[in-house]
Amino acid sequence: MAHDTSYTDQKFNVVGTRVKRPDGVDKVTGRARYGADASAPGQLVGLILRSPHAHARIKKIDTARAEKLKGVKAVVTSADMPDLNVGNRDLFAVLENCMARDRALYDGHAVAAVAAVDMNTAKQALKLIKVSYEKLPHVTDVDEAMKPDAPIIQDWVFTVGVEPTPKKPSNVSMRSEFGHGDVEAGFAQADVVIEKSYKTEQTHQGYIEPHACLASLGPDGQGELWVTTQGHFVFRNTCAALLGLEVSRLKVTSSEIGGGFGGKTHVWMEPVALVLSRKANRPVKVVMSRDEVFRASGPTCSTSIDVKIGATRDGKITAASAELRYQDGPYPAIWGMLGAMTSYACYDLKNVKTVGYDVLVNRPKVAAYRAPSAPMAAFAVESTVDLVAAELGMDPVDFRILNAAKEGTRASYGPTYGPIGIGPTLEAVKNHPHMRAKLKKNQGRGMACGFWFNFGGQTCTDLNVGIDGSVTLTVGTIDVGGSRAALGLIAAEELGIPYDMVKTNVADTASLGHNDMTEGSRGTFSSGMAAIFAARETIEVLRQRAAVMLDVPVEAIEWKEGQAVATGLEHSNLAPLTLKEIAAKSPTTGGPIAGHNEVVADNAGVSFASHICDVEVDPETGATRVIRYTVVQDAGKAIHPDYVEGQFQGGAAQGIGWALNEEYIYGKDGCLQNAGFLDYRIPVCSDLPFIDTQILEIPNPNHPYGVRGVGETSIVPPLAAIGNAVSNAVGVRLNHVPMSPPRILKALEEAANS
Amino acid sequence: MLRVSLSGSLRSAAGGAENIDIEAQSIRELLNRLVDRYPLMRKHLDEGIAVSIDGEIYRDNWAKIIPEGAEVFLLPRIQGG
Repeated sequence: MAHDTSYTDQKFNVVGTRVKRPDGVDKVTGRARYGADASAPGQLVGLILRSPHAHARIKKIDTARAEKLKGVKAVVTSADMPDLNVGNRDLFAVLENCMARDRALYDGHAVAAVAAVDMNTAKQALKLIKVSYEKLPHVTDVDEAMKPDAPIIQDWVFTVGVEPTPKKPSNVSMRSEFGHGDVEAGFAQADVVIEKSYKTEQTHQGYIEPHACLASLGPDGQGELWVTTQGHFVFRNTCAALLGLEVSRLKVTSSEIGGGFGGKTHVWMEPVALVLSRKANRPVKVVMSRDEVFRASGPTCSTSIDVKIGATRDGKITAASAELRYQDGPYPAIWGMLGAMTSYACYDLKNVKTVGYDVLVNRPKVAAYRAPSAPMAAFAVESTVDLVAAELGMDPVDFRILNAAKEGTRASYGPTYGPIGIGPTLEAVKNHPHMRAKLKKNQGRGMACGFWFNFGGQTCTDLNVGIDGSVTLTVGTIDVGGSRAALGLIAAEELGIPYDMVKTNVADTASLGHNDMTEGSRGTFSSGMAAIFAARETIEVLRQRAAVMLDVPVEAIEWKEGQAVATGLEHSNLAPLTLKEIAAKSPTTGGPIAGHNEVVADNAGVSFASHICDVEVDPETGATRVIRYTVVQDAGKAIHPDYVEGQFQGGAAQGIGWALNEEYIYGKDGCLQNAGFLDYRIPVCSDLPFIDTQILEIPNPNHPYGVRGVGETSIVPPLAAIGNAVSNAVGVRLNHVPMSPPRILKALEEAANS
Repeated sequence: MLRVSLSGSLRSAAGGAENIDIEAQSIRELLNRLVDRYPLMRKHLDEGIAVSIDGEIYRDNWAKIIPEGAEVFLLPRIQGG
């Protein structure tokens, strides 16, 4: 049934309140079950052997001794994972990333796997596998990989997006150009033109829970997978396609998830675990170590970006351009393209041109990381915007307000905006007390803006009313950031009942139709829409049942505040029926009471944020401490404000780590040097100030409640806001993230010498 | 007749055209005619594509009717975290 998705300015009773989180007790008591918390009778331990080389030909893999070891039940190589989707490059890339074939493409690339009765036996077996490698030239730096003499990572990759189509393979997998107007003419009109180059290093999402799964696949082609994931339906489809299974015969159940941020949108070792299980005919559990998570799951890109912005003396930007080079790991992706699309999305520009390059290197396959690609582009653009404002002698917030995109602006990536929130977030920043707080010696303040698209996608939801009137909402989108509470609030709002009467569950893949992953800030937006419509269908059933119970036509029944009310003078003496009363009689009035909805939720509503940051930099050590931080973001409608604020704070916290410390460090041998939390330092509580938040609510016209996604945008501005703050604190422009103590000291030294 | 704007790598699949005029009532019709005219578009469509109609982005809704005179952009399909 089609439903109207338009915003209706509905007045709310429970939506917008701060109810208790349904998973809170489970998580603080340890009862919550994560990826590694499942077990099955006879389960084996699965371990994966990984390449110690950045790039190497695999000449031979000898598994004979491992297979003979007592307690080893299966050994798997690429020979056990044939390409069943011949001609589908994308699926082949997924398969090859899960298990290398003729070449290892990065340090940590899987080359073999074992399943054994216990961990010690499995470890011993890994040591008995002998792999003969022939080391090949490697490249890990994005700019080096674009040079003509760089070693070619994939000989089947020819640059897409250039005319004519190249005849030679290249590490540049795609060139993407966006923009409108005439930038050269625009720069000619400018009184001030600033050009600057920037670099950002590779970072990992840093989710605390490693990848983990329990796989069980029998020789009859039927299987089950328990896994930590952002999208169990997508995992099912991918694993089934790779292994030649029928989708309906593989049931995937999602565990609680200990963080994902985009890193759990791809399969890594799950297909291998299924193949081990099929070969051993026993359940196999695989839990990645932290070392493996860093080396062989999907971090975000490192980048190299050139920005040029011109403006007139009165503060109007006349032209803006950028060239953005993003490394994708060894497989083609779209991360450079997304950088090019997002870089100037905050601004109203007559002349703009961005060119993104996606570049292959010998590093792990890149995965999404919360508003993927936007933070790096924002770092480069927002740093330059500050430089232009300074050159013009303008306040950086006023300069941004003057040039901000608004309803009717043609976005730099193409379409014309509807109602958007960048202007209001900037006005809120301008008026925020944080901007007027005094700074001390060695302290600096910075601010920056950020944009993310958000999207919706396929969603399927059930709502069932129990015999006691309690309600079960069954969804297929993983609860990464509090969606179960938000969706419970939505169902309660529609039904007119207390939140406590609704229990929201995430179902396995056998229980609902397909649901897309929880990515693109879509969880509450899309499943919320489906929950609204499922509840409204349930209300129709409740009205029908009430009509039977009251012996009145269904047209005479209205649903008001959780009760069926008979209307009209002839029925005015009938008492209303509560949901509980109707539910109690359901066996005799038609059976179970349920509602259902499947929807492709489009028009998720773009999202903007503006952040303010104060830092203090120790000029002797270069150490930076964030002393105050404020996030202002448009949420459309905050269904559960605690969770919205949590998303804002979480994005800022991750951005602070990215800006100041986090960095993949590669040696000359192309191997990762810091694959652990001791040497790859994410911020802990003592590193962070209280992160203040301000929620703005500019309704999304394409959602009944006005909801926009909120999960990603908050990580976009921090690199730039902190970069501007640090630069203001030390008086030297920082153009390389992370702004770690050695880099700050180097910048200070270079400034002093010049 | 719709004026459809192309961006990113989609332009090169249409011989470098920034805008193309195409007769179509719905997203499905638009995509079908696009492939008829530019066979190289097939790869992009298979990988996923988004259609912006008057600033509202549709990823999977083939049945969407495109109003006469609407601003139509073809965008590469995006991924999120």
